[in-house]
Order: sequence, then structure tokens, then C-alpha cells
Amino acid sequence: MPATEFTPLVSLAGGAMIGLSAVLMMLLNGRIAGISGIASQLLPPGRSGDTLGRAAFVLGLVLAPFLVLWTTGHGPDITVTTGTTGLVISGLLVGLGTVVGNGCTSGHGVCGLARLSRRSMVAVVTFMATAMITAFILRHIVGVV
Amino acid sequence: MRLILNLLLGLLFGLGLIVSGMSNPAKVLNFLDIAAIARGTWDASLAFVMGGALVVTFIGYRLVFRRPQPLLADTFHVPTKTRLDLAIIVGPAIFGIGWGIAGFCPGPAITDLAVGGQPALIFVAAMMVGMAIARLAPRLIKSA
Repeated sequence: MPATEFTPLVSLAGGAMIGLSAVLMMLLNGRIAGISGIASQLLPPGRSGDTLGRAAFVLGLVLAPFLVLWTTGHGPDITVTTGTTGLVISGLLVGLGTVVGNGCTSGHGVCGLARLSRRSMVAVVTFMATAMITAFILRHIVGVV
Repeated sequence: MRLILNLLLGLLFGLGLIVSGMSNPAKVLNFLDIAAIARGTWDASLAFVMGGALVVTFIGYRLVFRRPQPLLADTFHVPTKTRLDLAIIVGPAIFGIGWGIAGFCPGPAITDLAVGGQPALIFVAAMMVGMAIARLAPRLIKSA
């Protein structure tokens, strides 16, 4: 696994931008900025409410790296060491788990904790724990990455 | 206008993910790998992403909720469920396993979609299938 640099200041600044987006989402639309909810509700069945607004938000996410490329001259660092099988399994689990648990890192981890939601606190502790255990097992016991 | 504002919100969120480094799965895995603490190679950056996002959202929400309603909608749609059930443990447990395998969660994966090559495309496709299954399954069980 390639080492990555500890970047407390830019990470704090980037986090603040994520928080600002979440706050503005609540101010404008009155909704939680939870990416798994926004993405999954674009799928059938039972699309609820503002499908076009959600699609526009997702398009904004997809366009963000191009704005970075255009302004700085280089795109974001994206290093993926997981193979195809791992990516498929991991994608399926993330999709299933976020719908069953009603949220992901943004909906529970940012918006839910900011609302002091007890359900989100349980969700965050649970997914952080299983993510850390999984990363540990794969790296240090199975030794795949 | 409303669509442009939503697009800008997505753009700001995506920029935040890129600036913070969270759009890089390797950085996420280097945070999740807590065994690296003992080795001195742990990347604690993600704690700062969460911290920065939480402080802004915690304060911002309190200011926003002083308003009777949002600017572009009739009411605030905030989850009302407070009861702890099986789904709030099982769902996040499954999500965490998936997150710990590749280091992708939904926001970064979608942000990386157009520039992350095949891995991002494969992950997002599988994620959408997983979401569709989880959304369809309760209906199928009910109608069976």
C-alpha cells in the first residue's frame, strides 16, 4: 500500500467545505446532505420528491475533479490497489449497507452527528469499527494489500 | 435556478472531498489501518476531515434551524426516527466492511467516477446494484 502524507490543514479545510455544503443543503432544500440517500433515491422504486435536484447535485460531484484540473492543472490523486473482484464485493456491500442503515459517512458521520442523533452515533461507531477491522484483516492477516 | 444551486452544492461537496484528500482510497485505507499507529505510518488526516465538517455543520445547522422553513422548500425534512433497531447496526456494519475493503464510500466514489478510471466505474456500478437490491428486496418479500 502506498504511503500517503499526513495533511491536517488541507484536510480540515476540505472538511469545512463539506460541512458548508451540508449546511447550505439544509438552508436551501431542508434536506440532509447524505450522498448514499441522494444517489440511491435516483433509483427505482419509489423515487421520492426532487429527483432532478438530486441528479444536479450528483452531477456537481462528478464535475468537481474537472474544476480542480482546470484551476490547478492537475487532477486529484486517486490510488486504488483493490482488484476487480474486491471492488465488486466492496461496492455491493457499500450499496446494500448504506440503504439498510439509511446513510453513510456523510448522512450519519457529518449530518447525523451534527444533529446529535443517537441512531447516527450508533451507525458511525459501527461502520468505523467494521471498516477498521476489515482493513486490518485484509492488510495484516490475509495480506492482500 | 434551483437546479444550478443543487449542482453548485454538489460541486462544493466534491471539492471538499478532493481538497481534504478523502477522494483518494489509498488515503482512506491508510487512516482505517490503525495497526499503522504503532509503526508510525498512520495517516490521521481523515479525523481532521470529519472534525472540520462536523464543527461547521454543528454550528451551521443551529443557525439554519432558527428559520421557520428552508429557502427553497416548505419544510425541513429531518429524520424523525430515534429508536435503535437492528437495521441501524446491521446496515452500517455491512457498509463498513465494504468501505474497509477498497477505501471507497459513496461520496468519494461518485466524485472519482469520471476521472478514477476503471476501478471507480466498477465500484460505483456495483454500489448502485447493491442499492437497487436493498431497495427492491422489501417489495419482493412483501409481494411474494
